[in-house]
Amino acid sequence: MLKLEKRPQPSKAYAYTTPFLAVLATMFFGGLLFMALGKNPIEAILTIFWEPLFGEFAFYYRPQLLVKGGPLILIAIGLSLGFKAGIWNIGAEGQYIVGAICGAGAGLAFYPMEAWFIFPIMILAGAFGGWVWAMIPALLKVKFQTNEILVSLMLVYVAEQLLASMSLGLLKNPEGHGFPGSRNLKDYPSAFNEEIITGSGMHWGVLAAFIAVIFAYVLLNRHMLGYSIRLTGEAPRAAKFSSVNPARLILFCLGTSGALAGLAGMFEVSGPAGQISIDFNVGYGFTAIIVAFLGRLHPVGILFAGLLMALTYIGGEIAQSNLGLPGAAIQLFQGMLLFFLLAVDLLTNYRIKLVRKEAA
Amino acid sequence: MKFTKLLATAAVALGMATTAMAQDKTKVGFVYVGPVGDGGWTYEHDQARKAVVEEFGDKVETVYVESVPEGADAERVMSQMALQGADLIFTTSFGYMDPTINVAKKFPDVKFEHATGYKRADNVSTYSARFYEGRAIQGTIAGHMTDSNIVGYIGSFPIPEVIRGINSAFIHARKVNPDVEFKIVWAYTWFDPAKEADAAKVLIEQGADVIMQHTDSTAPLAAAEAAGDIIGFGQASDMAEFKDGPRVSSIIDDWAPYYIDRVKAVMDGTWESKDTWDGIGPGMVGIGEITDRVPADVKAEALALKEKIASGEYHPFTGPINKQDGSVWLEEGDVADDGTLLGMDFYVEGIEGKIPE
Repeated sequence: MLKLEKRPQPSKAYAYTTPFLAVLATMFFGGLLFMALGKNPIEAILTIFWEPLFGEFAFYYRPQLLVKGGPLILIAIGLSLGFKAGIWNIGAEGQYIVGAICGAGAGLAFYPMEAWFIFPIMILAGAFGGWVWAMIPALLKVKFQTNEILVSLMLVYVAEQLLASMSLGLLKNPEGHGFPGSRNLKDYPSAFNEEIITGSGMHWGVLAAFIAVIFAYVLLNRHMLGYSIRLTGEAPRAAKFSSVNPARLILFCLGTSGALAGLAGMFEVSGPAGQISIDFNVGYGFTAIIVAFLGRLHPVGILFAGLLMALTYIGGEIAQSNLGLPGAAIQLFQGMLLFFLLAVDLLTNYRIKLVRKEAA
Repeated sequence: MKFTKLLATAAVALGMATTAMAQDKTKVGFVYVGPVGDGGWTYEHDQARKAVVEEFGDKVETVYVESVPEGADAERVMSQMALQGADLIFTTSFGYMDPTINVAKKFPDVKFEHATGYKRADNVSTYSARFYEGRAIQGTIAGHMTDSNIVGYIGSFPIPEVIRGINSAFIHARKVNPDVEFKIVWAYTWFDPAKEADAAKVLIEQGADVIMQHTDSTAPLAAAEAAGDIIGFGQASDMAEFKDGPRVSSIIDDWAPYYIDRVKAVMDGTWESKDTWDGIGPGMVGIGEITDRVPADVKAEALALKEKIASGEYHPFTGPINKQDGSVWLEEGDVADDGTLLGMDFYVEGIEGKIPE
């Protein structure tokens, strides 16, 4: 008989190998799913994981990995700080939206002036917008002990209404024939988040994501604040007795994750998306939660997890188009990834023991 | 500019490859905003895709990607289709407008067809349907059928297309029933069964006994059925499964003739960029069967209106029509021009409430 036994210490080895196990399990069971749909499973898996990286048109898809992965990484890094300390910001999607609105709004306020300082102002405005939106659940939690999960999640829907209102009102393109949506920032050079190296997919937001990875790593490993974050998450009682100030920690974690989500929104709206529109947000804020956990809340892990997630999106589209796989099957495939990650996570904290049935 | 060049060379190489293969197959891509099983908007586009396959058989290969978010993702899906050798790509949502234009610039040899937008290029056509013609017929039926004199209307987004539909339905409901009122709820989505059902319930609670919808799922009809004695209309698709229940008629988007025509044009090498806005006459807007729940005289009146619109004898926006604020929009006998209709951002006189901003 198999029995689960709690490990005295979480297994370090498993903590590092479970993500790979999860990916392998997803490939295996995903393959079965594709087979049930009448497709060649090996071909389908190769299309998803191989084609974007090394296929015929990889020159186009590789940069797209950065475009799709950049915002995921940037948001997930912010979220991971809070998650480590047991502070659950579920509303990054809302902070992403508000950051985009503030960033685009700041840029469009200068239209049609061209100046070097417009883009930096937009960056600040985007970060500020996300920060403010995250400060609402933070302050409510600190002052009234409200649940930040609920408040931050609810604020996503408020942000979506705000986005619709902006697309239809204040930020609507005056030359847009009455259709909703702002001017396209691609046609406004001073506000356009251009690729740093043309054709690389590397826009300023991707650079910001890489910088965030480095900063988060340094913060968590070399800095007192990072130590407090880890301590609060791993040993809340010990944290209480040491000099950790929980209120400050909540404000810092929610504020930082909000600011980073806001930045991601700002870089997205001024670059790949190009404009504020009613359907601007496509779920980066929620997918980033998966990315944060897939990356084990570790900055470098998140970097790879973000790119892996982007790979499944891009490969999934290719599989839909080339093999005629239904879109829902691809979503199921992505869902499996998180499911198996959580499932094999068990091995980190528990070990499976073979026990003989005792004589009754 | 290196990247654009790279793409262009790839496109040229592919262009040569596809012309070499052109004898056997024309590749047509479809980018969908929802799932093909939405039972409404995307479903009808996919039906038209199937009609293309049926029409041309081995001479055509179609590919599609579902539920593609508007923006950067749409651009990537279109580029991917173009790279894989598509000759013609249909992009079937308004939000794909700028992405379509961007990708079309990089692939000058690939033809694009963008639904419901207004930006065109040498290799980008636009097409849409005059759904407001169908709304006129629904309005007529609704005006006759309501007992509470309250018609509930579920709007998706306050954009010209939707506002046009509300105005057209309202004008024709008022024509046959001067006491009718419209209650409008904005769902801010094209497809979200839960939200649509909530909107329908709210309207029914406020006394509406006719529900009209400009969203794509069957959820409002299901809500109407659950509430009892309420009628509704199929949207984008016939939604015939509710025929025994609340659905009394429908507006059907029939893209098949247009898609077949455009694919043929690419095969023949006669494709040119153009703008198409067709209605009931050319068959792009279909009116689903009017059920027996509607009295015979009302049905006859609705069908007569359909004939008059189809033949061009009658335009649903014919004056006198005032704007909501009472100012004159169309004088007696004047007919609305397409420019005003395309950018319509006002309610006509008699509708209560404001268009959200």
